[in-house]
Amino acid sequence: MTTMTDPPGQGFRLSQLIYDTRYRSLTIQVVAMILLMLLVSWLVANTVTNLHALGKDFDFGFLTQPSGYDINQRLIAYDSQSTHGRAAVVGILNTLLVAVLGCALATVLGVVAGVLRLSNNWLVSRLMAVYVEGFRNVPLLLWIVLIFALMSESTPAPSAFRGDTPSASMLLDGVAVTNRGIYIPAIHFGAPFFDNGLYNWLIVLIAFAASVFAVKRLSRWAAVKQEATGDRPTTWYLTLGILVLPVAILFALMGAFLDLPSLQGFNFQGGIHLRGSLIALWLALSLYTGAFIAEIVRGGILAVSKGQSEAAFALGLRPGTTMKLVVLPQALRVIIPPLISQFLNLTKNSSLAIAVGYMDARSTLGGITINQTGRELEGMLLLGLFYLVLSLVISGAMNVYNTSVKLKER
Amino acid sequence: MKNTVLLGALTVAGLAAGTAGAATLDDVKARGTLNCGVSTGLTGFSAPDANGVWQGFDVAVCRAVAAAVLGDPMAVNFVPTTGQTRFTALASGEIDILARNTTWTFSRDVDLKFEFVGVNYYDGQGFMVPKALGVSSAKELDGATVCIQTGTTTELNLADFFRVNNINYEPVPIETNAEAQQQYLAGACDVYTTDASGLASTRASFEAPTDHVILPEIISKEPLGPLVRHGDSEWGDVVRWSFNALVAAEEYGVTSANIEELSASAGDNPELNRLLGAEGELGAMLGLEPDWAKKAIMANGNYGEIFEKTIGEKTPIGLSRGLNAQWTEGGLLYSPPFR
Repeated sequence: MTTMTDPPGQGFRLSQLIYDTRYRSLTIQVVAMILLMLLVSWLVANTVTNLHALGKDFDFGFLTQPSGYDINQRLIAYDSQSTHGRAAVVGILNTLLVAVLGCALATVLGVVAGVLRLSNNWLVSRLMAVYVEGFRNVPLLLWIVLIFALMSESTPAPSAFRGDTPSASMLLDGVAVTNRGIYIPAIHFGAPFFDNGLYNWLIVLIAFAASVFAVKRLSRWAAVKQEATGDRPTTWYLTLGILVLPVAILFALMGAFLDLPSLQGFNFQGGIHLRGSLIALWLALSLYTGAFIAEIVRGGILAVSKGQSEAAFALGLRPGTTMKLVVLPQALRVIIPPLISQFLNLTKNSSLAIAVGYMDARSTLGGITINQTGRELEGMLLLGLFYLVLSLVISGAMNVYNTSVKLKER
Repeated sequence: MKNTVLLGALTVAGLAAGTAGAATLDDVKARGTLNCGVSTGLTGFSAPDANGVWQGFDVAVCRAVAAAVLGDPMAVNFVPTTGQTRFTALASGEIDILARNTTWTFSRDVDLKFEFVGVNYYDGQGFMVPKALGVSSAKELDGATVCIQTGTTTELNLADFFRVNNINYEPVPIETNAEAQQQYLAGACDVYTTDASGLASTRASFEAPTDHVILPEIISKEPLGPLVRHGDSEWGDVVRWSFNALVAAEEYGVTSANIEELSASAGDNPELNRLLGAEGELGAMLGLEPDWAKKAIMANGNYGEIFEKTIGEKTPIGLSRGLNAQWTEGGLLYSPPFR
């Protein structure tokens, strides 16, 4: 009993803050916090001083001023009399457009290339290896500029479509490939009460979603019947009908017609104009990110134990079905998390748009608006905030999806 | 994460603003070189020659200032800037002067906090089209695709011109003159618009300049001039009067050929004596050597000599003096007196 240590009444000594493990981590955290706050306050003070020295204030009022510049690709109504704020929104929508298109195409390319790279066919797998290594090892900016240069240098100008013996002609009378982009037919609605294009497409979309839901119910019904009787009822004509008929009836009701592009004056008019800048940016982003996704997909598939596919083969499943029903569902849980960061990369890389004059958020808000108003700090903060929110939304949505496909542990 | 972005933005802003507001003249003298913002390449105005030495009309302003301040016209560090990066470069202190055919406007002077020290070229915005297009007026350009350099006044003028005339166009924003030239020659745009001097300069570098016409309409006033940061009046004075010395030299017939002779002894023109440092203390008032103006003029000659050498009628660019003649010859160039 005489060996009892820790005599009471010793009190707290200052050195314990460093040498006592009970307090040390707290000390380090407090010091780090103080340093961080000092850094922040220095930065803020520095910014305030220098803004003052430059005679500038911190004010977001410029967003309500007329912008004075035009934007070629606008998804909402906009002209040079609109505000800088609206110009920013036009740019943001353009960023979202190319990000969504890019993520979709990159995923398709990546999954196809990733699966094919594992193919037993020597030629196919080597071709995919060339694609992957070629695209992911050359800077993205080069691909964007290269595709844009190909578009503008190797395709005919609109004037080549003119005259009695034009040197260029439209594909299928509806698609014109020019050095200013590709003009494709658009669907417009002509019936009365249906003059607002956006709502019409919303109605069509809802009808289509309902059709898809009905088709799912149908196939479930067929599956139940197959379970019970061993006979799967033929449903393909019903599926086709449910998918096509409602939309077709809606189109007829709303007076849909095809608006074909035609050469008028300097340019093609009518139809949808996919600008060279959009195509270059979209393709380059998709091909580049697709190469990374291919490797992620390949890695995901290789992570599924070989025994799984051998077992599937033993049960008599064909290679295609094995991939679809056995391997890919298990590979997804490995694929999704790195896929999220590829989507984020693609979205943020879309800010390279300025290289080809694509008017994204960086070009409008972070480019022309800053240049015309001199609000660098405000503009860059807004731009940073936009990309931050967009990235968080994307990763949030993908995390929800990830939760739904990951291994359910019971 | 959110903090990191904010911190990053503030750091950049803080560092960028770090050097603004200091006494630029002292900085330049201490550094021994002048940092001068120019274009990324516009033949005749600012472009490197075959030996990599910057030459041109705007470059000459930088050289004159460097000669006046440092005594050496070659002590200039040229920083190529685009339409979008130029103002940030100047505001942040990366460059001491911006001499990049930049238009003097109210908002740039007042709101963007810059100080234009003068006008070295009176210009206006024009349109260039291929002859084959058969267009003779800018008002016939309805529906045309127009290449513009983004971040410039031309972008705003263009929007106004087409809106006022109620015609449509498709803008193609381009970062630099070289890219615009490539797009225009590839036929990706029907029209290229920028300052008329820039069009002449761009056309001069084409393989077949005669295949392209500059339309008669000049749709704006574009007084182009060198500018400095707001709030450092001493430095603004140095640049302003270095440029004025070039203009005054032409008015008084001082050329690079006769300047040695004229400055050797005080002549009977008191203003000339003050300009060349034989009389008065103008140099000391600016914080410079007495022969500052002589050095500035000797760098590239007077305004007229610079004009003829870089963009004048004998060069491929072939611009006539027009508005840029001396006031005594019906132009707008008018230097305040050296007194």
